[in-house]
Amino acid sequence: MTGLFSEVFLSALLFGAVTAAIPLLLAGLGEQISEKAGVLNIGIEGMMLAGAYLGFVGAFYSGSLWLGFLTGAAGGAAVALVMALLCVRIGLNQIVIGIALTLGLEGLTALLHHFQFSRSYPRLPAADATVIPLLSDIPVIGPAFFKHHLIAYLAVALVFGMGYLYRRTQLGLNLQAAGDKPAALDVAGIDVIRTRTIAVLATGTLAGLGGAYLANVGAGLFIPFITNGAGFLGIVLAMLARGRPVWVLFGALLFGVCLSLTTAMQVAGINIPTDVIQMLPFLAVMIMLVLFGRRASLPAALGIPYERGAR
Amino acid sequence: MSIDTAPSASATALDATSGAATRRDILRRLLMTLGPILVALVIAGCILLAVGVDPLAYYGYVLEKGLFSPLGIQQTLTRMAPLLFLAAGLIVAFRAGMWNLGGDGQFLLGAVTAAASAPVLVEIMPAWLALFCSFLIAMVVAVVWSLVPALLRAYQGVNEIITTLMMTFLGTSLANVLVKLAFRDPGTTVPQTRTLPVEDRLPRLFETTITSGLLLGLAAIIIVHLVMTRTAFGLKLRIVGANPRAAVHSGLGVPGLTVAVFAISAGLAGLAGAVDIIGVQGNVRADWNPAYGLAVIPAVFLARMNGFAAIGFVFLLSVLSIGGESAARRLDVPNHFTLVLVSIVLIVLALAEYFDHRFNQSRKA
Repeated sequence: MTGLFSEVFLSALLFGAVTAAIPLLLAGLGEQISEKAGVLNIGIEGMMLAGAYLGFVGAFYSGSLWLGFLTGAAGGAAVALVMALLCVRIGLNQIVIGIALTLGLEGLTALLHHFQFSRSYPRLPAADATVIPLLSDIPVIGPAFFKHHLIAYLAVALVFGMGYLYRRTQLGLNLQAAGDKPAALDVAGIDVIRTRTIAVLATGTLAGLGGAYLANVGAGLFIPFITNGAGFLGIVLAMLARGRPVWVLFGALLFGVCLSLTTAMQVAGINIPTDVIQMLPFLAVMIMLVLFGRRASLPAALGIPYERGAR
Repeated sequence: MSIDTAPSASATALDATSGAATRRDILRRLLMTLGPILVALVIAGCILLAVGVDPLAYYGYVLEKGLFSPLGIQQTLTRMAPLLFLAAGLIVAFRAGMWNLGGDGQFLLGAVTAAASAPVLVEIMPAWLALFCSFLIAMVVAVVWSLVPALLRAYQGVNEIITTLMMTFLGTSLANVLVKLAFRDPGTTVPQTRTLPVEDRLPRLFETTITSGLLLGLAAIIIVHLVMTRTAFGLKLRIVGANPRAAVHSGLGVPGLTVAVFAISAGLAGLAGAVDIIGVQGNVRADWNPAYGLAVIPAVFLARMNGFAAIGFVFLLSVLSIGGESAARRLDVPNHFTLVLVSIVLIVLALAEYFDHRFNQSRKA
């Protein structure tokens, strides 16, 4: 048991937590954009899977992680484009299409993986980390937080970028209006459909990036169903955060710690089913909701397709 | 193919309660269901071609195994039993405007408790009573599981999409913990619950392998449909679903109804788990999660929350999943292709409905 609390172990645990948190963070931030704009994006799990698969394929064949992130983000955006066409442009039911896209991408990526990689199970070399000087020398915390791939820092920076976007920019306000009172936005002369399309595409890009991070940096390989509910966790995070990007970060870290703890327990050979630890973050959040549960401040028009002149 | 859509087509016509369901209307409905499915099959076929599999052979196996072979159709009908219960539960929730996305957690907990209680109970009481009690236990457990999201939504206004999604993650893990720690069969090396002997399971229908759970499922979904469309209680729920504020103003006890909706919806999901275990599987293995809920949710929407149409869609889903499993084995395509097929069918059906609606509107205008 002494090994459990050694410095090395602790920093490895935290390092794992951050690695696990980054995809959740990207998914949560992405989902938040859609939800702000009034689109409940249940297809995000599928977008992450597309990102994970294409991200891996891109990185594997080009040998460049960055190209992998690019193809991953493009893959997520491509799925989002379908979602935007079907749910925003012509207003089909967001839950039907979202779940259908998730099912379809689960199947499609597993299928492609079967024909391409199921015999060899290729792996990517470990991602090279960007070491932040000085800070990374701090014991425990240094190696845990300041030796990650550059994308991880960018994702954290994005939290503050999104905060700025929502509060200070025209686009941010438009997004919010598209979710709260789309008709008012329309009257103000701004295209609701366009605003929501931008939101959904941004969601897909971020989710795809998150998926690519999960496959390329987190795991170093692609396996079917690799996201394992990360997209749905992203939805939970976005809803819990009530529109505030910083809360997505905190939530992602909480879930990241628990995910990392699961692996750490297995490594340490502790005889508790990993399911018990997997339950912890959900238990924590449910208890928080029971104790402090207030009315959710969700956008008024969430999930309702906008049709000009309806009613 | 015509057999599988007939129920949904005639049923949707039935739903046009005005009674003006003409022959032409039925024919149009049939076309509107069959046409999109054909289109979806062609699109999915292109994917099969792209990965080097003969689509005709694949579909041939799907039809043969899922629909036309005696054993296949029996498996298909057996698969329908849990799906029907899940669909019934979702119809109640969605009609009342509550997004119960926690069906899988409720399903698994119902399944695990039924699997744990049934083998014990059959030893101390007559089989029929034991099965009845297991059903009851599964239902109660699922209802209790749904109480947290229900109460949070009813009295605190906490959005139920988050809470039910989280409860489903929790429930999936808890079901695994229960299988591995509490209800584990000491006689096996793989973690699983004790197996219910075949002769103690739900009886099979006549001389077939079809579980009588199918009849229970059909009864459940038809009763739900009738309650929602023909009774005062159903009307109240639909008012809550259509406009919760108006419901408050018309004097309905919305919080109480909310809890009732969750209880019914989760109870039916728990029964779905029980019917799958007591009727078909016999035990629960660790990490077993068929995730039926994810496929049933869009099907219920496409059925427009109509019970009879939902029966048709559930049948279609079962044919695709049973037939797909077998076709995958024989042609060495991973079974995951079924997911792709189901996904394309759902999207094309949704699109077809949209264009049909548009067409009708422009004709009226």
